[in-house]
Amino acid sequence: MEHIVIIGNGISGVTAARHIRKLSDKQITMVSAETDYFFSRTALMYVYMGHMTFEHTKPYEDWFWEKNSINLKKGYVKHIETKNKTLHFSEGDTLSYDKLIIATGSKPNKFGWPGQDLDGVMGMYHKQDLENLEKYAPNNKVCKRAVIVGGGLIGIELAEMLNSRNIPVTFLVREDSFWNGILPEGESTMINRHIKNHHIDLRLSNNLKEIIPDENGKVKSIIIEETGEEIACNVVGLTAGVSPNIDFIKDSDIETGRGVKVNPFLETNIQDIYAIGDCAEQHEGINGRRPIEAVWYTGRMMGETVAQTICGNRMQYNPGHWFNSAKFLDIEYQTYGWVFAKPRENESHFHWKHADDTKCITVCYDKKTNAFLGINTFGIRMQHEIFDTWLTEKKDVDYVMKHLGKANFDPEFYKTYEADIYAVFKNELQTV
Amino acid sequence: MSNKLNHSMSLAKPDAVDISNKQKVALAIGIIGLFILTLALFNTHFPHKGLFLTLSLALIFAGTIIYSRDAYLTTLEGIKNDGVWFKSISSRGVWGWILGVILTAFYIVLYFYPQYLGLGKDGAENTGLVSLFDPLSNLLSGRNASQWFVYGTLYTVAILAFGYKFMLKYRHNRYQQLRTASVMFFQLSFAFLIPEFMYVMNSDLPYYDLKSIWPLNYYLFDEWSVKAFLSNGNIGLGLLLFGIISIFVITPILTYKYGKRWYCSWVCGCGGLAETAGDPFRHLSSNKMSAWKLERWLIHTVLVFSVVMTVAMVYSYLGYDHNTFWLTRGVFISLVMGFLTLVFAGVMYFKRHELGKDAKYGAIGYFVVIVLLVTMHLTGTSEHVLFIKGSDLRAAYGIYIGAIFSGVIGTGFYPILGSRAWCRFGCPMAAILGFQQRLFSKFRITTNGGQCISCGNCSVSCEMGIDVRAYAQKGENIVRSSCVGCGICSAVCPRGVLKLENDTMKGRINPTEILLGNNVDLMDLVNNK
Ligand SMILES: Cc1cc2nc3c(=O)[nH]c(=O)nc-3n(C[C@H](O)[C@H](O)[C@H](O)COP(=O)(O)OP(=O)(O)OC[C@H]3O[C@@H](n4cnc5c(N)ncnc54)[C@H](O)[C@@H]3O)c2cc1C
Ligand code: SF4
Ligand code: SF4
Repeated sequence: MEHIVIIGNGISGVTAARHIRKLSDKQITMVSAETDYFFSRTALMYVYMGHMTFEHTKPYEDWFWEKNSINLKKGYVKHIETKNKTLHFSEGDTLSYDKLIIATGSKPNKFGWPGQDLDGVMGMYHKQDLENLEKYAPNNKVCKRAVIVGGGLIGIELAEMLNSRNIPVTFLVREDSFWNGILPEGESTMINRHIKNHHIDLRLSNNLKEIIPDENGKVKSIIIEETGEEIACNVVGLTAGVSPNIDFIKDSDIETGRGVKVNPFLETNIQDIYAIGDCAEQHEGINGRRPIEAVWYTGRMMGETVAQTICGNRMQYNPGHWFNSAKFLDIEYQTYGWVFAKPRENESHFHWKHADDTKCITVCYDKKTNAFLGINTFGIRMQHEIFDTWLTEKKDVDYVMKHLGKANFDPEFYKTYEADIYAVFKNELQTV
Repeated sequence: MSNKLNHSMSLAKPDAVDISNKQKVALAIGIIGLFILTLALFNTHFPHKGLFLTLSLALIFAGTIIYSRDAYLTTLEGIKNDGVWFKSISSRGVWGWILGVILTAFYIVLYFYPQYLGLGKDGAENTGLVSLFDPLSNLLSGRNASQWFVYGTLYTVAILAFGYKFMLKYRHNRYQQLRTASVMFFQLSFAFLIPEFMYVMNSDLPYYDLKSIWPLNYYLFDEWSVKAFLSNGNIGLGLLLFGIISIFVITPILTYKYGKRWYCSWVCGCGGLAETAGDPFRHLSSNKMSAWKLERWLIHTVLVFSVVMTVAMVYSYLGYDHNTFWLTRGVFISLVMGFLTLVFAGVMYFKRHELGKDAKYGAIGYFVVIVLLVTMHLTGTSEHVLFIKGSDLRAAYGIYIGAIFSGVIGTGFYPILGSRAWCRFGCPMAAILGFQQRLFSKFRITTNGGQCISCGNCSVSCEMGIDVRAYAQKGENIVRSSCVGCGICSAVCPRGVLKLENDTMKGRINPTEILLGNNVDLMDLVNNK
C-alpha cells in the first residue's frame, strides 16, 4: 500500500490527511515535533486568556485519528533524503515514504536584534511559545511590563492576551499607523484609537534597537531605535511577521526560496514531494496573490487540493476570491476581494465610519468600469457567500452598495447601517 | 503547562485576574444579604420580618448590581470571558465544588426536608427561613409562605439580579439583551406574580404557571389537578384547555417559526435560571461525542417515561363505561396510540431522509411506548398499571425526574456539569421541542462560508455541549435538536461565522465537503460525488 507521509500536523497537513483518507485507503502517517494531536493555532491566545483550556483547541477528539487510521508520529525531521525516500529524525530513527507532503508552517521572524535570544523573549506561534509566555508572564506581579515588537495580526493578539491579565503593554510599531501596509488610512487610524482605548501604550514609527539582559540573562529592558529611550520590561514579544519553517530542508535536493518552491499543482522540483500551507512558495503568485500566503484558509484549501492530486486526480491550486478576517481587540474585521491600503491606478475607495468609532467599511471599485473590487468591514459582519457571488458576477459598485443589506450577517435585532451607508455613498457620488 | 487551572481557595483573587476593591465591597454587600437568610435558616428570631426580608433581598440586588456595573461598565463593550477557566469557582475548582455542595444540599432540603427550612407542618406556624418570607407572601396572596414560595422568590431574585448582570455583560448584543429581558419578564410575572394573584381571585385553582407546559409540568394531568380545574367552572376548564392547546397547537407553531429557542431561551424558567445565574458555568458542559451519546439516550428515556407515566395517570382515573363519560380507558388509549402512530408514520414517510441513522432510534422509542401502552391496557386495573401502583409510578417520576434530576442535579450541579445539565440530559419538553426543531422548523444557525478558523470558542461556550465548531469548520449549518438558540456561540465567535436565523426550510441542512473560497471546480467535484 502506498505510504503517504505528511510533515506537520497543522491545518494544511491535517486537511490533506483527512481528504486523502476520504478518497482512498492509502497508509497515512502525520509527523509533528510540536504536539501529539492537531490543535488550532488560532486559538492559542484564548488559552492564555482563560477562555478555554488547551484541550479545547483540538478540533477533533483524540480517538478520531485512530478511527480514521491516520498514524501520528511525534518527532522532529532533521533531514529529508530524497534519493531513497527516507526521513531522518533528530531522535535518530527514520521513516520511509512513497509520497511526501511538506506542511511545516512558519516560524516567527527575528531580525538579528541584539538580545533576541534572551530568556523572556519569545514569538507567539508554537505551543511552546505559549508555555513560555505562561512562565514569564503569568501575571502582572512577575511581569511588570511587556514590550511587543511588530504591529501585525499576531502582535495585536499578543497585546490583547497580556491585557487580559492586566499586564501593561508597550506596542512598538514600525509603521506610522497600525498595519497600514494593508489597511486603508481611515481603518488603520480607527484601530490606533481603539488600541489606545484599551490602555495599550502604542508607539507608532518606533523600532527596536536592542534588548538588554539582567545579570541572569533575562530581559531587563529594551532600547528604542529612534529615541534611544529605555523601557524596563520582563517580556519581549517578537511578532514582526513569520517566514516559512524550512531550515531543515535547505540541505536537501528540494528547491527552496523563502519557502519550499512549488508549481501550481503544489509539486516541488522532486517527484512525489509536495508542499502546502504556510511553508509553500509559488514560483509566481496565482491571480495576483502573494507567492506565500500564511493564512489558515489557504492552508486548508491547499490541503484539499493536494489530496486530490495524490489520489489520482491531478489538480491545480486555484483559490477563489481572496477573503480573510481577524479581530482587533473588540473589533471584528472581515475582507472580501481586494482593498489595498492605497487605491491603485484606476481604483477608488469609498469609506464610511460610524460616529462611535468602532465600525467602518471601505469599498474598493474600478473608477472606469465601476466594477466592485472588494470590501473591508469593521464591526459589521458580512456574508462570505454573497460577496463571493458578487465578485464572480462582477457586479458594479452601485449595485453592491444598494444591496449591501443583503450581505449583512450581524446577529438578529442588531441595528443596521446599510441604509446610512448607501445614503452617504450616493451623496458623495453627487458631490464628486 | 499553559493550560493550568488555578484551584486556589481564593474566590476573590485568582492569580491572573484580580477583582477591584469596589467589586470586593459589592461581594461583601451581597454576602451580608445572604447571611441574613442564613441566620433566619438557623432560627434567629427577627423582630420585623418584613423589614429584614426587604433588607436581605435589597442587599443581594445591590451587591449584584454594583459588582456587575464595576465589572462590565468600566471596560469597553466586547466579549468578557477573561479568566473563566482560571477562576476556581467557574473551573470546577474548590470554590466550584463548595458552591455545588451548598446548592445540592439546599435542593435536597427543599424537596425532601422542608421542615428544616422552617415549614410549619400540619398548620403549625412557620419558623426559620420560611417564616421570614411570610410577610411577602401575605402581601401577595394573603396566606403564609410555603417552602415553594421561598424557593420561587429566591429563584426570581436570582433571575432578575443575574439577568441584569448578563445584560451588562452583553451590552453590545441586542439579541442577548432582549431574550434576557424576556426571561426576566416571564419569570417575574408568569411564574411568580400571576399564580399568586390567581390564588387571590380563586383559591381553589391549583398553582398554574401558564408558561409551564406539559411534560415540563408533569402534574398538569394528575387527577387532583384535573379535578380542581374541572370543579372551577369556565376558568378552570379554560385553563385546562389552554394547557392542552399549548402542547398541541401553540408549541408546534412557534417552534416551526422560531425553533425551540422561543421557549428555552426566551420564556422557560429553568432556561432562564441557566442563562442568568448559570451563565458563569456555561463552558463546563462537555463537548465530547460520548456526552452527546449519553444525552440522546437519557433525554429520550425521560421522554418515554413521562409520556407513559402521564398516560398511566390519566388512565387510572378514567372509567370503563362510556355512558358516564365519553372518554373511557379504551378510547383514551386508542387516541394516544393513534396519535403517536400518526406522528411516527408521518415522520418516517416524509422525513426519513433527514433523520438518517436516527430513524432506527426513533423506531425503537416508538415501539417501546406502544408495547408499554398495550401491556398497560391489557393488564391494568384502577390500582395497578404495568404491575405497579399507578400512584407509585407517578411518585417515582416526581421524585427522580421532577425533583432529583431537574432540581438537585440540574441546578445543584451547575458548577460541575455546566448550566444546562437538566435541559440537555433530562427535560422531556426539550426533547419534544428538539424533535420538532430538527424536523419541522425554519430555525438554523447559518455558517459563513469559509471564514471559520476552528478556534473552538463556539463549542466551549455552548451550554448544550454542541460541538459547533465541527459544523462551522465544514461550512455546514447547525441543525441540532438540542440547540436552545441562546446565541452565545454566535456572540463569542471572533470571525463572525455564526448567525441564528429563521429562514426557509429549503437549504436548511447543507452538507458541504469543501468550503467556499476554493476554486469552483473543486467544490463541484467533491460536493456532487
Ligand atoms: C497566534 C496566531 C494567530 C493566527 N490567527 C490566524 C487567523 O485568525 N486567521 C488566519 O487565517 N490565520 C491565522 N494564523 C495563521 C495560521 O495559523 C497559519 O497560517 C496556519 O496555522 C498554517 O498552517 P500550516 O498547517 O501550514 O502550518 P502549522 O500550523 O505551522 O503546522 C506546521 C507543523 O509542523 C511542525 N513542524 C515543522 N517543522 C517540522 C519538522 N522538521 N519536523 C517535525 N515537525 C515539524 C510544526 O511544529 C507545526 O506543528 C495565526 C497564527 C498564529 C500563530
Ligand atoms: S449551538 Fe449556539 S445557540 Fe445553540 S445552544 Fe449552543 S451556544 Fe446556544
Ligand atoms: S465558528 Fe467561530 S468560534 Fe467557532 S470555531 Fe469557527 S471561528 Fe471559532
